[in-house]
Amino acid sequence: MLTFFYLIQREMRLAIRFGTDTLGAILFFVLTTALFPLALNPSPQFLQQIAPGVLWVCALLSALLPLDRVFNSELEDGSLEQLLLLGSSAYNIAFAKIVGHWLITGLPLLIAAFPVAIMFDLPLNTLPVFLFCLGIGTATLSLLGGMVASITLGTRRSAILLPLLILPLLTPILIFGTMAIEMRLNDTDFWPHLELLTAAFSAALPICPLIAGLGLKLAVE
Amino acid sequence: MYRKDSVISAEIPTETFSVRNVSAFRGEVLILKNINISIAAGESLLIQGPNGIGKSTLLRLLAGFRKIDSGEILWNNQNIADDYSAHMNRIAWLGHQDSLKSSMTLRENLLLPSSIYKSSIETALKSVQLDHLAEIPVRMLSAGQKRRVALARLLLKPASLWLLDEPSSGLDTKALIQLGEIFHQFQQKGGMIIATTHIPLPLKNPKILEITAP
Repeated sequence: MLTFFYLIQREMRLAIRFGTDTLGAILFFVLTTALFPLALNPSPQFLQQIAPGVLWVCALLSALLPLDRVFNSELEDGSLEQLLLLGSSAYNIAFAKIVGHWLITGLPLLIAAFPVAIMFDLPLNTLPVFLFCLGIGTATLSLLGGMVASITLGTRRSAILLPLLILPLLTPILIFGTMAIEMRLNDTDFWPHLELLTAAFSAALPICPLIAGLGLKLAVE
Repeated sequence: MYRKDSVISAEIPTETFSVRNVSAFRGEVLILKNINISIAAGESLLIQGPNGIGKSTLLRLLAGFRKIDSGEILWNNQNIADDYSAHMNRIAWLGHQDSLKSSMTLRENLLLPSSIYKSSIETALKSVQLDHLAEIPVRMLSAGQKRRVALARLLLKPASLWLLDEPSSGLDTKALIQLGEIFHQFQQKGGMIIATTHIPLPLKNPKILEITAP
């Protein structure tokens, strides 16, 4: 458990030293969402209508950006072997990297999503549901992404392979996430979608780090 | 490690590491055939052979990163496949890469093993005479200095077996003497060293394993 804490600490230190990766993802999110009103129609009513979809798609794509580096940088400089020899299980190491990815990209995205949601004229009373769903959505992306990133570890062109494999897996998250906010906007029952979103997260939580751990072991063979 | 004057001195338990008839494939190609190794606490072994013959692969097999295709690897006569995590706990590894993050300082790079094993970064860096550069980002170091930081990492883990892939690459004469001192101290404490190399390493009476094409 203590090792897990030290691993997270290391992720945070790395994030500070390689701050441009995190900042890049956040700026990508803010800039791409800002393009939609320019390209489509800036009327508040229309923006509110497209907000759930646009914010979700942009947030998921931004969180994908640094995913390629999560395990690849460790493999390239030989750190992965050192991590696996720390006496902690591969599951633990993979899980720590996944939690690290969420803390470094998911959490800052949530913070950035707040002003962006206001920019899209989402009513303040819908924001708790929106941010909660996005929090679970980005966490599920970190889990699924970590799993796929470890499986594609060491393959050629993994940067291209990664989104191709993850995006289909993310479709349920995207559908439940956007539906929950749309339902909240229309003052209808959003709970079923929220529950399905949480169910997807709960399924990914134990399985993804397990597979990711196996992927890491295979990568150092 | 074990007091010779103790009551049970008649049966001094000595750690042993042995490899019996190990073979390994890379894809469909047989690269290692019937490798046999046997070393005890305080001993060392040099693995030699031409480039691409499978020295690093053998080292990975010994670390338990790779599964062997036949034969057995024993620690105190117990198969390491029975408990890989216990085996990984006794190993300190130095790959052909230095496993350092260029943007982090020397101290930050060594913080993780030092926190886990409660060992001192200062002492480890002092052994490789880099303690005065502890707060410098690794990218500003030379290749030889980076290698020395990687060697310092070995000292942070209380391991019984060091597996080293070309440990002396990039080191100057003075650093090689330091390396000899580090090796000597580790062996005095009952540590075992297995290293691949192309040039002579400062080890006292090492066993030699010459790998040839199967």
